[in-house]
Order: sequence, then structure tokens, then C-alpha cells
Amino acid sequence: MASTASSLTSTRSSGALPRATQDSAWVRWSLITVALGFVGFFLVLPLAAVFTEALRRGVGAYFDSFADPDARSAIRLTLLTAAISVPANLVFGVAAAWCVSKFAFRGKSLLITLIDLPFAVSPVISGLIYVLIFGAQGWFGSWLIDHDIKIIFAVPGIVLATTFVTFPFIARELIPLMQAQGTDEEYAAITLGASGWQTFWRVTLPNIKWGLFYGVILCNARAMGEFGAVSVVSGHIRGETNTLPLHVEILYNEYSFVGAFAVASLLALLAIATLVLKSFIEWRHAQVRGAAH
Amino acid sequence: MSIQATHITKTFGAYTALAGVDLHVPQGKLVALLGPSGSGKTTLLRIIAGLEHPDAGSARIAFHGQDVTHVPAGKRGVGFVFQHYALFRHMTVAENIAFGLNVRSRKERPSKAAIAARVQELLKLIQLEQLGSRYPSQLSGGQRQRVALARALAVEPKVLLLDEPFGALDAQVRKELRRWLRQFQREIGITTIFVTHDQEEALELADEVVVMNQARIEQVGTPQEVYDHPATPFVYQFLGSVNKLQLPWRGLPSEGSSIPFSDPKATVAFVRPHDLDIARFSIGLEGEVATVKSIHSAGALARITCQRGLGEEYIEVETSRQRLEELRLIPEDNVLLRVRKGRTFTEDYTI
Repeated sequence: MASTASSLTSTRSSGALPRATQDSAWVRWSLITVALGFVGFFLVLPLAAVFTEALRRGVGAYFDSFADPDARSAIRLTLLTAAISVPANLVFGVAAAWCVSKFAFRGKSLLITLIDLPFAVSPVISGLIYVLIFGAQGWFGSWLIDHDIKIIFAVPGIVLATTFVTFPFIARELIPLMQAQGTDEEYAAITLGASGWQTFWRVTLPNIKWGLFYGVILCNARAMGEFGAVSVVSGHIRGETNTLPLHVEILYNEYSFVGAFAVASLLALLAIATLVLKSFIEWRHAQVRGAAH
Repeated sequence: MSIQATHITKTFGAYTALAGVDLHVPQGKLVALLGPSGSGKTTLLRIIAGLEHPDAGSARIAFHGQDVTHVPAGKRGVGFVFQHYALFRHMTVAENIAFGLNVRSRKERPSKAAIAARVQELLKLIQLEQLGSRYPSQLSGGQRQRVALARALAVEPKVLLLDEPFGALDAQVRKELRRWLRQFQREIGITTIFVTHDQEEALELADEVVVMNQARIEQVGTPQEVYDHPATPFVYQFLGSVNKLQLPWRGLPSEGSSIPFSDPKATVAFVRPHDLDIARFSIGLEGEVATVKSIHSAGALARITCQRGLGEEYIEVETSRQRLEELRLIPEDNVLLRVRKGRTFTEDYTI
């Protein structure tokens, strides 16, 4: 053994300690090049392109793109949609995760599978479901028309579709975390006389807050960026039912490239901000975890 | 406060955790629920606490004669210490201890100052006065255990329930904490039940030991009773080491034996290693012939493993170091074994 080890060291010119799992320099560098090339081509290049195109005619033209009333309306609608669907999913997600991870009941695995449904189906189908239910020819179509309620090709439809598509994010984030934490602390709180509500606010929620925060920002990113499902239910009415991603498409189809990329850059910035926040939360979470062990 | 549990049955699907168990714990006693894992002891403890519900039927839990079967856990007045302590990880030690007081309704809640004073008092009791502002993660296992106990005691429970209280601690800390708990329980005189799979712990600590196996109670008695007079082969084998001797056993029991092996139907006898006499083989002496296989003399007592006759039966004998020196035994020596005390059973039970 000793002779093998020493012969390995002698063949390595770097002088670093011999490592059993290290490949030759040629293999390492070619793998690194491939990986970097891949990341550059698929991730960095498009991101750079968005900003380059957006700023092609200067900063003035870039900011002018946002002065357009249609663009402003798209921004407002996107914010409104996120402001409704994220809190809704926050409540649903926490309730679902609490239910799945702290209680045993029949049909639990079915529920877990159902939570994943929006991830499993194509976003276009998600949108279509609502058209089939609430559309003019849909199940409730005639009733809705009779009562003058507009869901499809209107804001409610967009909110519904977005909420559906983003439903799993928070629940998915919380279920493994809450399952890992178990139920002992809750039981302890109950034996000490805490009510179910007190147990939730004082024990469960503080323990999941970082995971919850993480789920919320991922959910928010998706809610603002969703294209497929929203596209189906929106009807693309300018200034009324266009969200940011839909507005980008329209501008692009009209050869208004600077406008399209400027609006797209907003979404790109949102993505970057999300990733920064996400890394921060992961770092915080690791710190809290580290302190707990 | 005495505890009375009657006809407790609990099934999880097809698995029976408790099969019609009855248990009475007198006021102020320290009782151990002892058994191997899966014997139902923790389930019984959780049912007494109200954290699990017994299967519907004639099951009944009473505290001091008062039926609490349908009283929720938080209103039963029990202090529960969990196996892994279940301290609230985001709260300091002081906040953990104060929790049970802080969650009370405004009418019943003591003033802030009163709560702080109570916390200080409990911190003093558990000898952690300086550590009130630490978080559970900054404490050692033994310290966490004591914090969990203080937290449970803060609400002045009438019954204290501990699930494997020393299970996760190392041997030294375990011994200290055991002594401390024993003394502490005597001082405040609170009726206490603890669950353990460690027979030594149960025998040393408890006023009364409840031996459980396979969803049933095998025997209830003082440590002396269950150790000296095991009711079933299971108890014999679970409490302390024991030799299972196939009968017939040649030679009579030694002089002064209280239980001769006279039952003709008996097929096996249980004999503790220290209830066997060992002597060098010589013609004229009574006893079962055996061959010495190994000798362990590190410790207060010497342990000799013998092979009975030519069979596959191995017998452990414990004797004083002095006796071992007198005998000057080495492996492969022939010896004679005589039973001083033991008990026969007709059926061949296995653990």
C-alpha cells in the first residue's frame, strides 16, 4: 500500500497531497470547460442578451419603454396577481403541509400527490382547465354570463390560473421540513396547556419561518413569470389583461425589440433578486441549523 | 395523585400495542415501565398523558379516582418529558421553562414578575441558574434533560411522566442524573412514571417496576420482588442474566436450596449465574458435569462460562474472585455445577 501511494505522489508534479478520487489534469480541465461552456451558453448569454438588447438605444429609450401605459398596466396587473395568489398559496401551503406532516389520516398520500398536480401538468392545460370550467362554453359559462360575472379573459381568471400553477411551491418546501422536525415539540406544547392555535403560532411557525420564506419567494417568482396558463385565460387585451410576460410577447411580435427586452429585463431582474434572496435565506437557514446542532 | 388505567387496548392498524392492560400507580410513587422495544410501554405512557387515545371500549383512565379518559392532554395536569426532550429550539432556556405559564389565559396567567421568579426558582432547582439565556442547542444532553424537566414542572403538574429519560445520555451523566431525579422525586413527592428498557435503571430507581412484554404486563412488584421472584420466564430472562437449563439436571440442588427441581413435568429451569455453585470435579461429589470454556475475572465478580456435558448448552457461573483463586481453574478443566436456587417452568418460552 505504502509503495503505491508514494509512486502516485511521485508522478504528480503539483506537489499536492495525493487524493484517491482525483482524476488527471486533462480530464479535470475538459470537464470544467464543458460545464462552464454549458452554463455560459444556456444561462449567462441569454441574460446578457436581454440587457444588451434592452439598452441598445440607450438608457433613455430603455426607461421610455416603461412610460408606455400598456407596459404600466402590465406591471400593475402582474403585481396584483402576485399580491393575491402568493398570500393565498401561503395560507393553503401552510395548511396543507401542517395537515400532511403532523397528522396521520387515510388518503394522505393521495393528497401529497394532488399537491404536485400543478407541477405535473403542462401550464397550457392548467389554463385550459379554467376555460373549460368558466369559459362561455364551459360548465358554469351560461350561469356566469347570466349573472354578468367575467372570469375568463379577465383578471379573476388570471389570478386563478396563477394560483393553481404556483400552488405546490410553498407546500412542497414545507412538507419535508416539517416532517423532519416531527411532532414532539407540538406535543410538548400541548401537554403544557397550549391550545392548537397557540401551538401553531408559538412553536410550529417559528420553526418553519425560513423554509416558509424560501417557498414564498419561489412562489412569487413563478407567479410573476408565469406565461402558459395565463396566456390561455387572459385573452391578451391590451392595458387590461396583459401581464408582464404576455406584454413581452406582444411587443416582440410587433418588432418593438427595445420595449420587449426592456420589459423582459424587469423579469430578469426579478429572477436575479429572487436568487440573491434565496441564497441569503439558505445561508441564514444553514446558520440557524448549524447553531441548533 | 394516584393513577388508575383500566382495560387499555390500543391497536395501530393490524398491530396491537396494548392488549387490555390494567395499571395502578399509588400516590407519590416512582414507577418504572420496563420492557423491550415494542412492548407497548411508551404507548401506555402516552395514553396516560392524553397524547394518544385508547381504542374505544371499556378503557378508562382515572387520576385520583376522577375519570380523565376524555380530558385533553393540556388539562390533565401532567408533566411530560419526551425522550429527545422536545425543547423549543427557537426559545431560550428561560422561555422554554416559562412557556406553560405564558400560554395560560390572561385570567389564570401569573404576572410577568411572578413568571420570571418561578423560572429562576426552577433554574435553581435544576442547577442551571446561569444558563437561562442560552438556547437548547448550546446545552449538553444532561442539561437539556433537566431543562425539559423544569419546563414540565413549571405548570405544577400532579403527575410526572418521563419517556426514556436517560436514554440519550452517556453512562456517567446518566448515573448522576438518575440519582438526582430519585432524590428530587422523593423531595416533592410527585407521582412519577418513567419508561425504560434498561433493567438496571428500573431496578435501581423505581419503587415499583412494571415489566411489560408484547402489549401486556408480565409482572408488577418492587425491584426486589421482580428480580428475586420472576413470575414468568420472560421476566426471568429480561431482568438480569439467567441460565436456561434443560431438565433433567443431574444432582440435587445444593444445601439450603428453597426450590428443588422436583416437578416431574418441568422441562426447563431458570437459574441466575450467581445461584450456581462450582467445584472441581471429583468422584463422590454430586452435580452436573461441565467443562470450563472461558474465564472473565475483570470486575468484582468472576464469570465462568462452562459447557454442559458434551452438548451445546453453555452455562454462565458467577462466583467471587476469591473462590476462583481457590479453585485455580483453567479452560478445559472439568467441574461440577450445583444449583442453589432456581425455578422450573413446564413450557419452553423464548424471548
